[in-house]
Amino acid sequence: MSTNPDSVRILVPVGMLGAGFPPETVERGLALGADVIAVDGGSTDSGPYYLGAGTAKTARAAVARDLRLLLRAAATAGIPLVIGSCGTSGTDAGVDWVAGITREILAEEGLQLRLATIYSSQRAAELDLDRIRPLPPAGELDRATLESCTNIVGMMGHEPIAAALTAGADVVLAGRATDTAVAAAYPLLKGMPAGPVWHAAKIVECGGQCTTNPRAGGVLATVDATGFTIEPLDPGNACTPTSVAAHMLYETVNPFTMREPAGTIEVGDAVYQALDERRVRVEGSRFEPAAQHTIKLEGARITGYETMSFTAIRDPHILGQIDTWTALLRKMITEWVSGTIGLGEGDYAFDIRRYGYDAILGSLDPATGPPREVGVMLLVHAADQETATAVAKVANPLLLHLPTPDMDYLPSLAFATSPAETERGPVYEFVLNHVVEVSSPTSLFRVCLEDNR
Amino acid sequence: MTVVADLALEVRSKNAGPFWVTMEVFARDADAYAVLADPSFLDASVIAHRYGVTAEDVQFYRIPALNVVKISFPRPVVQGSLHDRDIHAGQHHVPLALLAVPPVT
Repeated sequence: MSTNPDSVRILVPVGMLGAGFPPETVERGLALGADVIAVDGGSTDSGPYYLGAGTAKTARAAVARDLRLLLRAAATAGIPLVIGSCGTSGTDAGVDWVAGITREILAEEGLQLRLATIYSSQRAAELDLDRIRPLPPAGELDRATLESCTNIVGMMGHEPIAAALTAGADVVLAGRATDTAVAAAYPLLKGMPAGPVWHAAKIVECGGQCTTNPRAGGVLATVDATGFTIEPLDPGNACTPTSVAAHMLYETVNPFTMREPAGTIEVGDAVYQALDERRVRVEGSRFEPAAQHTIKLEGARITGYETMSFTAIRDPHILGQIDTWTALLRKMITEWVSGTIGLGEGDYAFDIRRYGYDAILGSLDPATGPPREVGVMLLVHAADQETATAVAKVANPLLLHLPTPDMDYLPSLAFATSPAETERGPVYEFVLNHVVEVSSPTSLFRVCLEDNR
Repeated sequence: MTVVADLALEVRSKNAGPFWVTMEVFARDADAYAVLADPSFLDASVIAHRYGVTAEDVQFYRIPALNVVKISFPRPVVQGSLHDRDIHAGQHHVPLALLAVPPVT
């Protein structure tokens, strides 16, 4: 049994695997004595499609590029590499996708690294409704909603990752994991105190986001018995007390407390102090263990199918009455769809977005005044693709020729593409915002250690 | 007319998970922060009115050490649904940024 080190250095090269980083920043991290490389591979930020469909947002070539550099670095330095939320949503398919790329690179580079995969997909039938609790603003969950999901993942804490490292893994490819667990697992395993570890893990989860130049590569956090020190990997970049403290605001509801499966990170009393012009010391962070271990669930289901059509208006006469024109378009689509394919309210739905006018903010938009040009997106939603496309096609002559009521001729508007309609396929929504109470932090996850060394 | 953006280094918005939106105003300096953090100017009811959400659901964090006012509320439109026009909620800071600041008396 080896004794615990005095400190553990976590190298985070980038906020998301596949986003790219300068190779020399990782070399510098190794020179500074990195003990582990940790990187996040996913997020829910880009919407429910990636979880619903179980496909990655990132390009395979971009993930392979980052992975090759990190696998070489891990092998050179003899330190573990931990990747979380593989394949954007962390489904089993996402883990297998990243594992496939990893095996190819290991073979090509002749690297002898032992690979562990951790799977986090959940079967609806095996989840106990009595142990599932809603998080605000969600309500109680019913079995039908749970079973309607095309994919459900559980968000692991550090424990399954630590188990894989303890079992001898050099490379851990984890399914859905909290952003922080990816960086926290190794220092916790080495006996570093929970408060500084979790706070450091939160600060580094987006790589260079906590520096004064987020585009200049990642960061190195050194955790020890009383706190942590953070510095950018690029010698020309800086961490300041403000840049580090401000990162607690990023994409968080509450910047002072954050729930993890095993407890709560409390940083309200943390003190951020400049050690020099580019390094910051943080002390006073706490981690309060929870009485009940909980795993957050994420799930997405198909709500229907969409077809999109996009035309555009430059004629100042129509633009001067854009609201009147839109109201007429809405009324005519409804009438023509009823008259031609016999569909009424409830059989389909559509959204008309006026890009260049108020598409993004709608009625919340504080600006007024006639626009110079407007792109009109028609988005049709129906239970099946054929219906959505049929509605969009019925609307097509209107998107091409609809005048304002005071015009006695038919204008021709500017379609962006031919064909005008684009079938978007199935569309998804997130339906789970719940946690499940578990008796063991590893029970919902499967660790597979490959004997490829 | 002075607006919130004029007193700020940055005003930004973003998803905080699929079900929440969070916004931050990074005030230019302590004087600007004092104006922006004053609840008689900016509070949950102002945000509720500006964003069409329920005031009881709006969370405020005023952080003088960073000259930051942070505001979080449940996402009014389901992310990725037919009527969601801002998947990352990254442009929803604008109604806040363009809010008129009362003249200093």
